[in-house]
Amino acid sequence: MTATPLLEIRNVETYYGKIQALKGVTMEVKAGEIVTLIGANGAGKSTLMMTICGDPRAAAGQIIFDGQDITKLQTHEITRMRIAQSPEGRRIFPRMTVYENLIMGATTSDPAYFDEDLSRAFELFPRLKERRDQRGGTLSGGEQQMLAIARALMARPRLLLLDEPSLGLAPLVVKQIFEAIKELNDKDGLTVFLVEQNAYHALKLADRGYVMVNGNITMSGTGKELLASEEVRAAYLEGGAH
Amino acid sequence: MEYFLQQLINGITLGSIYGLIAIGYTMVYGIIGMINFAHGDIFMVSSFIALIVITALGLTVSTGLGLTILALILVLVTAMVIASVFGWTTERMAYRPLRGSFRLAPLITAIGISIVLQNYIQITQGARVKPLQPLIEGGYTLMTRVDANGEFAVRLSNMQILIIAITVILMIVFSLMIAKTSLGRAQRACEQDRKMASLLGINVDRTISMTFVMGAALAAVAGLMFLLYYGVIDFFIGFVAGVKAFTAAVLGGIGSLPGAMLGGLVIGLIETFWSAYFSIEYKDVAAFSMLAIVLIFLPQGLLGKPEVEKV
Repeated sequence: MTATPLLEIRNVETYYGKIQALKGVTMEVKAGEIVTLIGANGAGKSTLMMTICGDPRAAAGQIIFDGQDITKLQTHEITRMRIAQSPEGRRIFPRMTVYENLIMGATTSDPAYFDEDLSRAFELFPRLKERRDQRGGTLSGGEQQMLAIARALMARPRLLLLDEPSLGLAPLVVKQIFEAIKELNDKDGLTVFLVEQNAYHALKLADRGYVMVNGNITMSGTGKELLASEEVRAAYLEGGAH
Repeated sequence: MEYFLQQLINGITLGSIYGLIAIGYTMVYGIIGMINFAHGDIFMVSSFIALIVITALGLTVSTGLGLTILALILVLVTAMVIASVFGWTTERMAYRPLRGSFRLAPLITAIGISIVLQNYIQITQGARVKPLQPLIEGGYTLMTRVDANGEFAVRLSNMQILIIAITVILMIVFSLMIAKTSLGRAQRACEQDRKMASLLGINVDRTISMTFVMGAALAAVAGLMFLLYYGVIDFFIGFVAGVKAFTAAVLGGIGSLPGAMLGGLVIGLIETFWSAYFSIEYKDVAAFSMLAIVLIFLPQGLLGKPEVEKV
């Protein structure tokens, strides 16, 4: 792990029209870490994810990736720095096959790695291999979620942004996906920034976590610390810990 | 029967030209959800470019066949390149600055561009029709009927063969391009989810520009074929052909490439048959009525399918 963070967010503010969604967010993700962001619906978690990718653009503040200011770059330029996102709502291309969706994921990646990355994706999610030539729009929600994550991985990211990877999935599949994330982090040193409502699992998995309320970061700490915190337990874990 | 066959040949030829223009409408609509009303005028401009290059090269019917074909390829390439520049510039100047604005804004600038192009050609080339002597003559007599009214021969001209062949080849090349190349995939990705496409590193603006370029290039092919087939052009042909091709695109299911081609054929056939069997004055009424009828019973057009998407 390096001392300088891979991703550094400084006082970022984002607006939707006149509505301020992020009110000066400061946080960081170090190389090799799994960092999670938890918070209620509408807290601005997904907005932060998208702001990192430049859409919507931050109205104030700075986003620094690997020492370079990316605040003003266009989305596709940011992606080309190997930041991949599995976004909210999955956003699978509905009229493309699973295979084509994965090809699209590899847009910024070196074609030499394609076969290797594809077999790894199919190894991680064998279900996708069965559905290889099926259109994305005909997959079940869980399958789409797997495809969204696999597609993001096809870019060989240095930073993987996952927006609610557990949403709508059966507990067993959630477990599988979280294990996959852990494995990618352990083996390949992949840096992961994870937004989750499933706070218990996310905090158990993460090295560090942040809590977001109404566009502000209100708390931060290691995963263990946050899990132990009374406030976090009361707000995000009551009845949710299984 | 012979009469019918002849009309069929004529209809397919006309439909091919409409189809090629319709692809430009349907592709642009697919990717940015906007009707590019200047597209018909790009077609018109390119037919003028073709005429200018043909005149400059001094092509006539007495030029040898080999040389004519070679020269026409040169004409085609020139027209496609210049039309592409027009298409690209239109998008860059009139549509891109308005992206993210309200939906009607680019539609209005599209009509503006259409007027600009028409007036530009009218001023620089004159308002009168421009004739071109036929460059490709000859053909085949498929069958002949002799009866009390005299002789009726079903003819398939070399020009018609050329138009239909070029259209078929372009359609195949084009479909493969959309299905198999990375540009084609990027276009489909932008069409289905622009935001996600950019998240994956696709340069959306560039992809949209390329779509305009491709559409304009196809319109240029149609422009040359129209010029060679009919032999007269003026600054206003883009409007009529554009409206017909737009109708074809909607009829076939806007956003669908095979739909655009099918729609073009249907419009071409209806127009031709209506002119042949009923009255030539009402051929446009027939074509547009067909559109109305199809849209009542099949609102998404002939080949446009409303996709069932899981959320």
